[in-house]
Amino acid sequence: MAQILSPLPGTFYRAPAPDKPPYKTDGDPVAVGDVIGLIEVMKSFHEVKSEAAGSNIRFVVGNEEPVMAGAVLAEME
Amino acid sequence: MLKRLLVANRGEIAVRIIRAARDLGIGTVAVHSDADREALHVQLADEAVLIGPPAAKKSYLNVPALLEAARRTGCDSVHPGYGFLAENAEFADAVAAAGLVFVGPSGEAIRLMGDKVAARSAARAAGVPVVPGSAARVDGIEEARHILIDTGFPVMIKAAAGGGGRGIRIARNLSEFEAAFPQAAAEALAAFGDGGLYLEKVIGRARHIEVQVLGDGSDAIHCYERECSLQRRRQKLWEEAPSAALPETVREALCDSAVRLARTVGYAGAGTVEYLYDDATGQFHFIEMNTRIQVEHPVTEMITGIDLVAEMLRIAGGERLRLRQRDVAMKGHAIEVRLNAEDPARDFAPCPGTAGAIRVPGGPGVRFDSMLYPGCAVPPFYDSLLAKLIVHAETRAAALARLRRALAETRIEGLKTTRPLFLALVDDPAVQAGDVHTRWLEGWLEANAGRLQPETET
Repeated sequence: MAQILSPLPGTFYRAPAPDKPPYKTDGDPVAVGDVIGLIEVMKSFHEVKSEAAGSNIRFVVGNEEPVMAGAVLAEME
Repeated sequence: MLKRLLVANRGEIAVRIIRAARDLGIGTVAVHSDADREALHVQLADEAVLIGPPAAKKSYLNVPALLEAARRTGCDSVHPGYGFLAENAEFADAVAAAGLVFVGPSGEAIRLMGDKVAARSAARAAGVPVVPGSAARVDGIEEARHILIDTGFPVMIKAAAGGGGRGIRIARNLSEFEAAFPQAAAEALAAFGDGGLYLEKVIGRARHIEVQVLGDGSDAIHCYERECSLQRRRQKLWEEAPSAALPETVREALCDSAVRLARTVGYAGAGTVEYLYDDATGQFHFIEMNTRIQVEHPVTEMITGIDLVAEMLRIAGGERLRLRQRDVAMKGHAIEVRLNAEDPARDFAPCPGTAGAIRVPGGPGVRFDSMLYPGCAVPPFYDSLLAKLIVHAETRAAALARLRRALAETRIEGLKTTRPLFLALVDDPAVQAGDVHTRWLEGWLEANAGRLQPETET
């Protein structure tokens, strides 16, 4: 079990834009460097990339939820 | 006169509005999200209402929650500040439909100026020179070819529903244009729900100069101009009043043109007419009109002695303009710098957090409009503006000296801020000579990145 942590405090987004599909859906495999979501900090957007590879990703934080730096965004196997 | 005002905003502008209302004997109700429970505007208002979770969409942009807060606390009026819902015509209409006074222009005026193509037409109709470009929305590349003959390259492709530097692409030649045009249409549709585009010539070396206007629905006056040429990514960082670059005859023509536009559209409240000014030709061109109080309004207040937010509240309360044009005089020179929670040494990365000790600058000619207090939270959910440092002195040179002195007095511990940028700029020969344009700062930042060391005092 590996965790993907938020590098920054802010608002977490699962998709690149409101009308776009999410970067990853629960159950998807993840490769190193895959973007799994965005963090909005003071109106600027930062991609969250996975530093590890894994399978069966499970999001712990919902779309548009506030997060602290270091918060667990998702878990994977 | 208004009796009880809902302040539909946060941060320094909410504090600013509460102060103006209190000076006029108007009661104040603050609204706040979960993240702003201890914010300064919440502490200073007569009353405060929690309107939702941290995300702005669920709190400061939540129209039903704002109207319910106003109803429950017996407010007769709503001030939108800047940002959030300030230029949202539907919000202005909803406030009016709820039987409340919207402190600003009508929904109709906001809609007219919010459609940048309609605003260009209104400006032309009022005899205000606009940037060469399309007369209306441009529907396709074929239609654009004719306009490109006038504008030449590079050309800006702008979203009709954009503004404030958003929704802009620049094409340097026809092949870039052909690639960028459909992308810009798709982006504008996604971002603004309106894919309409228009074209403007790129004016290479221009200053950003804007005129403050006040209107009461039938008459309008100006309060002179501000120059905001020091920008990064089209966001203003340093503003002055008056512009040191304008010859007196140009100043007069510029300010008169802004008044004509405000009168033509029956403007009520405080507004800003923005222009590009070309030093080489002495020509000015309308870009857009902002139908709100602006961040940089204090520099105008310093040189004219007019409380613009108080005038907005008086006009919204049904008063006619108290001032005639001949009553507005400018005195001295004012400069404002924006202290943002950003680290200039790391490409202006946003730095939310918690403030430590604060030392506020003071003394003659110094004003500090801020949301800060020692230990206050700076949440990551909103924009990064912490404080505006405004100085006023007899001359521009004296104002620069006063800015240097006030910046040296200022301490904001626990947060990275843009203060080091301003300490470097205030001593820069080009800034001291006023020899700048809208793209000057980005070039300076590339050349001087090494000088912007992080603050060591934290």
